[in-house]
Amino acid sequence: MRDLDTAAALSWMRAAAAAIAAHEAELSALDAAIGDGDHGANLRRGFSAVAVTAEQLVADGVQPGPFLVEVGGTLISSVGGAAGPLYGTALRSAGKALSGPAADTAAVGAALRAGLDALCRLGGAQVGDKTMVDAFAPAVGAFQSAADQDLATAALRAAAAAEEGMRATTPLRARKGRASYLGERSIGHQDPGATSTALMFRALAESLTPSPAE
Amino acid sequence: MKKFLDDADTAVADALAGLAFARPDLKVDQELRIVTRAGAVRPGKVGLVSGGGSGHEPLHSGYVGTGMLDAACAGEIFSSPTPDRILAATKAVSAGAGVVHIVKNYTGDNLNFDMAAELARDEGLEVEKVLVDDDVAVRDSTWTAGRRGTGATVIVEKAAGARAEEGGDLKAVADIGRRVNAASRSFAVALGACTTPAAGRPGFELAEDEIEIGVGIHGEPGRARGPMRPARALVADMLDAVLEELPASDDPVIALVSGLGATPLLELYVVYRHVAEELDRRGVRIARNLVGNYVTSLDMAGASITLCRADAELLRLWDAPVDTPALRWG
Repeated sequence: MRDLDTAAALSWMRAAAAAIAAHEAELSALDAAIGDGDHGANLRRGFSAVAVTAEQLVADGVQPGPFLVEVGGTLISSVGGAAGPLYGTALRSAGKALSGPAADTAAVGAALRAGLDALCRLGGAQVGDKTMVDAFAPAVGAFQSAADQDLATAALRAAAAAEEGMRATTPLRARKGRASYLGERSIGHQDPGATSTALMFRALAESLTPSPAE
Repeated sequence: MKKFLDDADTAVADALAGLAFARPDLKVDQELRIVTRAGAVRPGKVGLVSGGGSGHEPLHSGYVGTGMLDAACAGEIFSSPTPDRILAATKAVSAGAGVVHIVKNYTGDNLNFDMAAELARDEGLEVEKVLVDDDVAVRDSTWTAGRRGTGATVIVEKAAGARAEEGGDLKAVADIGRRVNAASRSFAVALGACTTPAAGRPGFELAEDEIEIGVGIHGEPGRARGPMRPARALVADMLDAVLEELPASDDPVIALVSGLGATPLLELYVVYRHVAEELDRRGVRIARNLVGNYVTSLDMAGASITLCRADAELLRLWDAPVDTPALRWG
């Protein structure tokens, strides 16, 4: 059983940065189909900045809540576009909901819920609009349903739910963001924002699951 | 991809460095990617800040100067600048009379400018936002993020800039910007996609005889694909779309034909010929016009048409002196 401490939060951000870097081309290709094709590059730039911030925060000994608040601020000031403020605000709100040196499954679930609420408030999107919310909302639901489980189990369920939500965006018609300009032509394409959200939840699960070598 | 680049990652910074050499009357902050006028803002003058993704040049840095913007924030290509930079620009041009943000209606621009405005208000500054949403290719409905901001941005920046220069207060400057936006509508077609330096290849493929109808300025596909036709027929359809949503009025219009980046001026004048003839036939008088590359989408081939109903006050503001890299008269 492992709670979310700052070291775990750092592992999450490292895993997220690695996942974004590994999938940059895929994210940009999804975005090119229904947007302008820079989602991968923008997030890569943001998470490169996060990697620097995060190491420093750990060196400074901050707790996981303030850690996520600072990381969110770094995303807001480095990503640009809509993704920066949206992901940054979600992380900042999640971080503000955490207190103490370590958070258990229920506390992390509540923090993720706070992040989702802030994301929906800021972006005005709901489930079904073909946005990151379509992966984020089911992930938070699955995570909180596993509140009595250990953190890694809850995160694994959240990752699976995020990926299912991500795939379910393909037949949707976009109602928010640049893809909405395409009207019916946005149908048939997986949403890049939901895809990057699923990558981040998968990164959380992987960072909490001991690798076979450990 | 064949482009004049040293490195795709530094394209925006390298272009700003060139602008700094070309225009010593502008100040370019390379770190924050903010372009301002070289001198301080006149005390008591309302500050005007715009910005957005890069790739639309001369928008926005080309409109910084006397009679127009005080500052432009250059984001990455097609991506809004971040709130900290917009805040820095806002503070840089604040001269005690408040600051107007001119924002094109895109999700990212709205979020970043709104965050910056909130931070500025926390520091005691007054900020008004003028939202530009003139593109009729997007229906303004619950199904979309709302109409996009495109060609009308130039007219909004010109009129609001002139109003600020002649001493208008914060409300007056914001009001004229909003009035111009409400009186303007645009529509664009693309004959070919653009290539972002990061992607390295065109955003979509078109057959020799195909065009994209109702495109925006970010390389994304339009609302529909259609057959290539003579300029006269394309312009008639574009004007149909614009006039259908342009406010009815006896006022004449300011007509802007802007290339999207890779269309020769010769073709833009062919387009303008049909705009002029067609509007004459429909009883709409053109009071002023602008033909050239004013709001672009990198190297997209295509053109946009913007019409703005202009009363006497707006024409006076349009005619007021302006001295920027891209607009200069009076």
